[in-house]
Amino acid sequence: MIRFLARRIAFGAGVLLVLSAFVFFLFFVAPGDPARMIAGDKATEAQLAMVRKNLGVDRPVIAQYGTFLSRALTGDLGFSYRNQQPVAQIIARRIPATLSLVAGAALLWLAIGVPIGIMSARHPGSFRDRIGQAFILTGLSFPTFVLGMMSLYLLYFLPKQAGLTLFPPGGYKALTSNPALWAWHLLLPWSTLALTMAAVYARLTRGQMLDVMGEDYIRTARAKGLSEQRVVWKHGMRAALTPLVTQLGADIALMLGGVIVIEQVYGLQGVGALAVQAVTNQDRPIIIGVVLLGGLFIVAANIIVDLFYVLLDPRVR
Amino acid sequence: MSDIAENDFSQGTEVVQRGSLELTLRRLRRDHASMIALGVILCIILLAIIAPWIAAITGHSPIEQFRDTGLSPSGIPVGPGADFWLGTDQLGRDVLVRLAYGARVSLLVGVFASILASMIAVVVGVTAGYFGGMVDMALSRLTDLVMSVPFLLCALALVSAFGPSLMLSVAVIVFFSWAPMARVIRGQVISLSRQDFVHASRSLGAGPLSIMVVDILPNLTVPIIVYTTMQIPNSIVFEATLSFLGMGIVPPTPSWGGMLADASSNSLYLVAWWMVFVPGTALLLTTLAFNILGDGLRDALDPKSARTARHLKRKPKGASKS
Repeated sequence: MIRFLARRIAFGAGVLLVLSAFVFFLFFVAPGDPARMIAGDKATEAQLAMVRKNLGVDRPVIAQYGTFLSRALTGDLGFSYRNQQPVAQIIARRIPATLSLVAGAALLWLAIGVPIGIMSARHPGSFRDRIGQAFILTGLSFPTFVLGMMSLYLLYFLPKQAGLTLFPPGGYKALTSNPALWAWHLLLPWSTLALTMAAVYARLTRGQMLDVMGEDYIRTARAKGLSEQRVVWKHGMRAALTPLVTQLGADIALMLGGVIVIEQVYGLQGVGALAVQAVTNQDRPIIIGVVLLGGLFIVAANIIVDLFYVLLDPRVR
Repeated sequence: MSDIAENDFSQGTEVVQRGSLELTLRRLRRDHASMIALGVILCIILLAIIAPWIAAITGHSPIEQFRDTGLSPSGIPVGPGADFWLGTDQLGRDVLVRLAYGARVSLLVGVFASILASMIAVVVGVTAGYFGGMVDMALSRLTDLVMSVPFLLCALALVSAFGPSLMLSVAVIVFFSWAPMARVIRGQVISLSRQDFVHASRSLGAGPLSIMVVDILPNLTVPIIVYTTMQIPNSIVFEATLSFLGMGIVPPTPSWGGMLADASSNSLYLVAWWMVFVPGTALLLTTLAFNILGDGLRDALDPKSARTARHLKRKPKGASKS
């Protein structure tokens, strides 16, 4: 158990090391001079040399990477090229919006996807199954930004023209200042993300349930006289739980690193929007920081999911 | 032998020997959803092919800006009408013509990137699955590594370092798409390489390369075809997403993602709905069609997997109820 965990953590650390090296050296070989970006186009050679010395970019690249790593381990990710603020602080300010979006949407997509998957699997080939499958296919095929823009047009703009403000045009309001306003602003982003993601979970649940409902122990459960509800939710879902947890862990982790497209469409100032702005501004320390944070979330989620397996299924131990 | 068989069945229907390809096509043809999906895909391919003719008929090139006729006096795009069938965009360009040229980009990138990703997946999966041991260990860790990377963020980092381009988009899509399929292939190869026909080949003196290509690869045809088809819509959406974020195809070259990005900038689509609904619907129809076709192909190529399994599954349930 301990060895298993240690191996997982070692692999996770390896992933982060490779990822950090990748982004760091990527920007080293890329064209463009960071000193020029900070000092501006009119800076003299002497000023540029000064800036380079301050940034430490005049030293050999390996030494730079070493310094970067040792600082990153203490949570210091350097300073933004644009406004000289600490990168860690800039990212931390963006996390509440992304976290609110992902947490709410995840609850919603589980609440939509899992029942649809079960409904579909309980009567395979039936009309309800076909509806479920149509939902799955459409959800899997709908690009989130298309769904987002269409919903904004149909649910915000058209009603507003008719004199009815159903939804806000976008933006993020902090949960701490006004919970009702927070939820109202997130309703459309949550639904957009949840509808496309629910398809993945419906398909997963359907597949697992189809596999498991023919098993002997399901028949035993029915023979005991358990209600159909109990058979499906208690005995059937048990088998679907492991793949669902895996998928959920991976999805949440990937999205905490920024739900780039949704944040862009709805003007949410989250981590994903920060990444896009940083790319536009060529603000490399922020890009490096966001990529590493995204990697950290994924690595951590993988380890948590593995731990969860051990709790869920004693055979893994 | 054959005489008896012919005589026995001659009064009824004639017995025809059907190859596996023919059987597959017959199964596929009976699946209405797949046939409609195939029709949609063919229409989109046609749209991409006849793009220059559409430009000629309408008299609008994809990048020409009609600031007098294509924009209202206040600079708002013109809606669908006799002159511009599907309206214009923020620069007064013809949306229909751009849609047709954009289909070229989407299909080319989607198909090309998916095939490349499949090729990498097959090479990695077969090598890892066949050799096992240290080779498998290294390649599997590599697959895990690619899968535990925030791919869209890395794509953004790459684009910000080298600047957006068509080649970079394809490279990024390929790099982040091959891993899941490689995992599946590896699993299949592990079970295949334990089978008797592989042992037989080896005892006849076949080398590893010959066994992998001659014995194992043909048995992977079904997963390769199905996964490649299913990967195409993913690649198309990936490219559209990159272009939507301004990190893909460089304007003014038309692409569906880029058209949606134009619509999204300054929330222009709120006054010009066609700028979203035209490329958005095209994108949705394309991905939907490829996904349905992929599902249908899987069922047709491997009838054991879906339909039959479904029927078998229904039996114990019906039995328990009665």
